[in-house]
Amino acid sequence: MLIIAQHGEIFIILACLFGFFMAWGVGANDVANAMGTSVGSKAITIKQAILIAVVFEFLGAWLAGGEVTATIRGGILDPVLLEANPELLVYGMLSALLAAAIWLLIASARGWPVSTTHSIVGAIVGFGAVGLGVDAVAWGKVGQIASSWLISPLLAGTIAYVLFKSVQHLIFESSDPLAAAKRYVPGYVFLVGFIVSMVTLTKGLSHVGLNLSFGQSLLLSIVLGIAIMGLGIVMQRRIKFEQNANDHFGYANVERVFGVLMIFTACAMAFAHGSNDVANAVGPLAAVISVVRSDGVIDSAALVPWWVLMLGGAGIVVGLVTYGHRVIATVGTGITELTPSRGFAATLAAASTVVLASGTGLPISTTHTLVGAVLGVGLARGMAALNLRVIGTIAISWLITLPAGAGLAILFFFMFKGMFG
Amino acid sequence: MVTSNPFSSMFGRSPFQPLLAHIVKANECADQLLPFFEATLADDWVKAAELRENVTRLEHDADTLKTELRLNLPNTMFLPVSRSDLLDLISVQDKIANKVRDITGIMMGRKMRVPDELAEPMRDYICTSVACVAQARQALEELKDLLESGFGRNVADVMHRMIRELHILEHQADDQQVTIRRQLFALESQLPPVDVIFLYKIIEWVGELSDRAERVGSRLQILTAR
Repeated sequence: MLIIAQHGEIFIILACLFGFFMAWGVGANDVANAMGTSVGSKAITIKQAILIAVVFEFLGAWLAGGEVTATIRGGILDPVLLEANPELLVYGMLSALLAAAIWLLIASARGWPVSTTHSIVGAIVGFGAVGLGVDAVAWGKVGQIASSWLISPLLAGTIAYVLFKSVQHLIFESSDPLAAAKRYVPGYVFLVGFIVSMVTLTKGLSHVGLNLSFGQSLLLSIVLGIAIMGLGIVMQRRIKFEQNANDHFGYANVERVFGVLMIFTACAMAFAHGSNDVANAVGPLAAVISVVRSDGVIDSAALVPWWVLMLGGAGIVVGLVTYGHRVIATVGTGITELTPSRGFAATLAAASTVVLASGTGLPISTTHTLVGAVLGVGLARGMAALNLRVIGTIAISWLITLPAGAGLAILFFFMFKGMFG
Repeated sequence: MVTSNPFSSMFGRSPFQPLLAHIVKANECADQLLPFFEATLADDWVKAAELRENVTRLEHDADTLKTELRLNLPNTMFLPVSRSDLLDLISVQDKIANKVRDITGIMMGRKMRVPDELAEPMRDYICTSVACVAQARQALEELKDLLESGFGRNVADVMHRMIRELHILEHQADDQQVTIRRQLFALESQLPPVDVIFLYKIIEWVGELSDRAERVGSRLQILTAR
């Protein structure tokens, strides 16, 4: 208790610094995965992508980032076992943040495909198991998180498969694909608006002080979905179509209609990413703050202060602006085989999965979800060629990231323990 | 900071681009056949040699594309079509260019000149065969749309119609071959026997050209049917 009273301010400042560092890493690296499909399919330019990412990552982090933050903060470790020594939780969370951020930096410099989510979860589990004892880790919750890493690509893949098949059935196989695209694409826009609003309203808005019943949320989501659909129709009207002799089904024009849709799915993806991944930086930070503020009382039910999510959002934005734009450019120009219709199916599926996971408070990896979604479109015969070796690389990055994050976190944990006593 | 991204490296290079480029080369190669034939009729062996040169170059280009496609298909590649069908298709396509090279090679080497009586039907026959190759190429060009639509029904129908037309053209070439053989048989006694043997060979090979073009069509059908 004394240690916390003595060094409370330092702990908060350190936590903010490390949290910002971590959020910077998330923004610099991970956002590119979320925006890559949209840029790669040439639906939006890199500048537009950055603008969308800045606005919607921030909104996602702020409005819907609460649930996953709570899981990272209090779900992985058993708070009851920490009541005697709350300062250990502070050290641990500080070291987890620092470990994950540094690991992210090292891996990014080497070009290893690591997940920010894996880094932070690995780090928290690591210091928990070694620094506090194996019993301190809520293994049930960890198992649930681990299983979600398997389920999320599968779910995203299934949704992407169904979406692409529906596009194929409704639009590409109709006798006039362009007319069909004009008719059905607003429906997909509605879907995007509805899913995002629904999860935000039902799960995310409690900390902003807005409490809506399920019925109210449903109604408001439908209204928002229709409003966004209206916007989509207006944008669709402004497309200029070109007639090409070689293209007797007019698929080039159909893809232009999908280009409009891609802008919405890009927004949804940025929102989803912000809502899930902000927690990686903000969760430990919130834990430190709540322990210090309450003078050592560990209260897992306390609300996350609103400015903490904003800090995380700001960190992501700074990372994106200072470094992420280059990664987006690389990823975006690398993906040449992706048309807007395929990119749409993949991105919307991934965004829905991430948004759903954020709603239930599960931290999942955006990268894995997207990879699953792209594979889903591939299974629907939508992709010209996919390199399956990447799945192996990702599996290896899993194996490396968890112990690496854990090892670094243990190291820092004992360092802080030595420094503050 | 980041050198590679798991996400972008997931997208392999499309095998359909080299496939299309290859049939375009094979088609260009076949297009040299008629001018070459006209040059031999006119006894213009300088021009014939030039055209023969073109054929060799184009055939070589096609070979390079074939190799590129094969190298682009590692075992870990996930494709919307069967890998073995794709590899079959490219080797059938490759045989078109090879056959053109064989025909021009033997005609050039022996300075063969088709008898005047056979010139007209032979010209039509070559025309039909080359048209078969062009038709095969057109059918393949539909692949892009087919892929775009995730193998939608409409595009598949268009492709199948083209393959049916290809089949009709091939039949026509077969009929022309029968007629030319009969005409050559009537002339046989007036020509040097060795020349006759090689004339039969050329007639047969031109027919094989259309055969192979048709086989490209049926391979394409197998490739896209699933």
